[in-house]
Amino acid sequence: MLAKMRQKAKDLLSSGVVSTVIGYGEGSGNRVRALFIRKPDDADKLILDERCVQNLAVYLTKREVRALGRPAVVARVPVMRTIQQLMFEKQVAEGEVAVIGISPDSQVLDFPDLKSMAEYVSAIPFELSADEKAAVEKLEKMTAGERWNFWLDVLSGCSKCYACRQSCPLCYCERCTVECNQPQWVSVPSHGLGNLEWHIMRAMHLAGRCVNCGDCFRACPLEIPLNLLTQKIITDIADKFGGADEYALNAFKPDDKEDFIR
Amino acid sequence: METNVYKPYLMRIAEITEETPDVRTFRLEFTKEDEAASFSYKAGQFGEYSVFGEGESTFCIASSPTRKGYIECTFRKAGRVTKALAAREKGDTIGFRGPYGNTFPLSDWKGKSLLFVTGGIALPPLRCVIWNALDLRDNFKDITIVYGARSVQDLVYKKELAEWDARPDVKLITTVDPGGETTDWKGPVGFVPTVLEKASPSSADSVALLCGPPIMIKLTLPVLSNLGFSPENIYTTLENRMKCGIGKCGRCNVGKYFVCKDGPVFTFAQVNELPPEY
Amino acid sequence: MGKKTINVDSLGELFHKIKSGGKRILAPVEKDGVILFGEVASYPEVATGYIQTVFSAKEAVLPRFEEILRFSSEGRDVVIEEESNKPVPTVVFGVRPCDAKSLSVIKAVFERDYPDIFVQSKIDSTTVIGLSCVNSDEYCFCTSVGGAPGDTAGSDLLLTRINDANYLAEIITEKGESIVSSAPELFSEAGNVDKDRHLAQVNRQFDLDELEKRLPALFESPLWAGQSLRCIGCGACSFVCPSCTCFDIQDETDGARGIRLRCWDSCGFAQFTLHTSGHNPRGVQSKRWRQRIMHKFSYQPGELGTAGCVGCGRCSRACPVDMNILQHIKDILEAR
Repeated sequence: MLAKMRQKAKDLLSSGVVSTVIGYGEGSGNRVRALFIRKPDDADKLILDERCVQNLAVYLTKREVRALGRPAVVARVPVMRTIQQLMFEKQVAEGEVAVIGISPDSQVLDFPDLKSMAEYVSAIPFELSADEKAAVEKLEKMTAGERWNFWLDVLSGCSKCYACRQSCPLCYCERCTVECNQPQWVSVPSHGLGNLEWHIMRAMHLAGRCVNCGDCFRACPLEIPLNLLTQKIITDIADKFGGADEYALNAFKPDDKEDFIR
Repeated sequence: METNVYKPYLMRIAEITEETPDVRTFRLEFTKEDEAASFSYKAGQFGEYSVFGEGESTFCIASSPTRKGYIECTFRKAGRVTKALAAREKGDTIGFRGPYGNTFPLSDWKGKSLLFVTGGIALPPLRCVIWNALDLRDNFKDITIVYGARSVQDLVYKKELAEWDARPDVKLITTVDPGGETTDWKGPVGFVPTVLEKASPSSADSVALLCGPPIMIKLTLPVLSNLGFSPENIYTTLENRMKCGIGKCGRCNVGKYFVCKDGPVFTFAQVNELPPEY
Repeated sequence: MGKKTINVDSLGELFHKIKSGGKRILAPVEKDGVILFGEVASYPEVATGYIQTVFSAKEAVLPRFEEILRFSSEGRDVVIEEESNKPVPTVVFGVRPCDAKSLSVIKAVFERDYPDIFVQSKIDSTTVIGLSCVNSDEYCFCTSVGGAPGDTAGSDLLLTRINDANYLAEIITEKGESIVSSAPELFSEAGNVDKDRHLAQVNRQFDLDELEKRLPALFESPLWAGQSLRCIGCGACSFVCPSCTCFDIQDETDGARGIRLRCWDSCGFAQFTLHTSGHNPRGVQSKRWRQRIMHKFSYQPGELGTAGCVGCGRCSRACPVDMNILQHIKDILEAR
């Protein structure tokens, strides 16, 4: 599997199909980190194991990475879902990115184009794990007051370092709502209210878009379970809207029973 | 007990001049007499102007320290604070912290000629120096001002431009970019560097003060150099983003300098030594 | 000023004395699996067995947000009111020597030119009880930036665990002396103690002076872009850093009343230097990463006489994408 992935990266680079392969390599300590492989010989630095979970699609919209030329991305299922979402949102177009797909059982997948990647990943049900479902259910069973206090407490330590936002490939806005100050929609200081406003706003902006990769939670220096918010929204959207053609926020029905939308 | 360095003076808006549709000049007077009496500043310094509840914004003091009892600032409506400032009326109270930063060394320039080259909304920082020099006119030889704007409408301080133009002891050239002229425009049409080149003021015993948008600066520097101005004799003010104004918040840090406390006035000899982060 | 010992079992009583003397105590506590400084009522709440807290002790003197002005409007008039931001007499317990050292960086920034009363008064009313490191990890590099696992600089009283039962208590300042004299019965005279024997071994990994000397010539080097390609531009490194001091100023209002707040900010954020015109002097992440390193290791040594880094390793531990500062510094020193 590893040999095949490295070979694929070498082929893509030496044939000139891509100029960079974004994958995983050994980091400091026992950590792994994103690698940007520019030369075929360096492809042997790529690794793939259970530590390799960062959603590398975050780099696809980064200016300095784009400047390197066409990239290929090592992509497990959540990363593929992200790329599909970025395509829905016109951030990535067919031909701009090559995907070195990794199946759930760690097989390297060949995709001639993004369309075939999208077809592959669409066929894999998008659902929460049993543990994630249990956590959402626990949240749902709380009274409104308990839930309010729960979030106030877990978000109280947030310093607004925005690691959650910056690690999220779907938070690609050049100017985030929290930085829009006419008016200042969201308080900048990291006090209780400001933190609550920020995380609720962010979760709402990810409604129907979040692929549940978990990077916001992993990026948080305080390990705040921010993905619990988006997991709850994922559950609600599945319950209330079912499957959409593209994604829930993009669905529009002329006969929608809510009149604000017409 | 030390005082709170973030505490602004409360200033009353005594007069508002609409320079262009989106540029205004405020004349500000102290609300407390003792503060007015003890306040002093020098040409080139700046301050943090605040609308309480909206925040602070950084601009130079645009009036001359030779005019006592008030300060003036000129700003363009652009962000949250400047829009809120523009919505203030005569008689309203705003905040002012300052003066901050270094100054133009006017006393070192005694007996020299002064050449001001500026464009658009960059005239305000030099207007302070211009009036300062005109109020001490005998201290200087020739005073030449080359000022350009995109269009006639974008020229600021129109009344003062007319006043300077009428003075025999000031040579003023006001220009507008091609296409920016009106039917009754009598001045030159063209970009500042070209107009400056044509005017060709002498660099002998002279210092130049250059303030403007980056592209104007870039194209004007070679012209000044050809005229014989050395980088040591060309002064400018840098305008990095600031919050505190007192060398702490970190925004305006460029190399070993903070623009707020080590600047904003630099010679191009100094600017050339800076990392290109301004 | 003197060396004493204090029994581990006496710390509870010492905490009691400090509290009854009217001071609040901040100490490392565990919350939801992470170790943070928090207010404690008694000694048993203090966490043990960790290398570093996630956030540093700087919050005691430079909180993540604090009031710097209070005002109210009445028609066209504005009244500036007494701000409510007053220092609380505080003892910070369990401060690592690296964090204690960082207080001198904070002090230097906020004292020079225009003294900042908010930071100064908090520093003045804070007593630092340091705790030497008996353990370290691969992210620690205090000895490379002029510190040490048992360094006394910045602490008022420094505790070093010398055996199962006792701490060596080094009295560094008058504030430290007053802690000891508030409960003299808890302290015994220390005989000859070889403190170093009880400290973590942190090897020196680079030459700080050499780094300062090399950096100016590397400004245009491609290494910044190479190192920071994976940097995602969050502020985790700055916010966990004990010596990062950059801040933002924000107004908040409630009707006619309002406050002006100083909030932590980071040179890693794209908006940090963005002009209203849209021009950004540091428009891409590599320039922001370079600024972080330059400021700490080139500009601040010249300006403050001290590097803006104490080698605590927090930024490397907290970085979501493994930007390891120690490794990057070593690579910078190898660059030609």
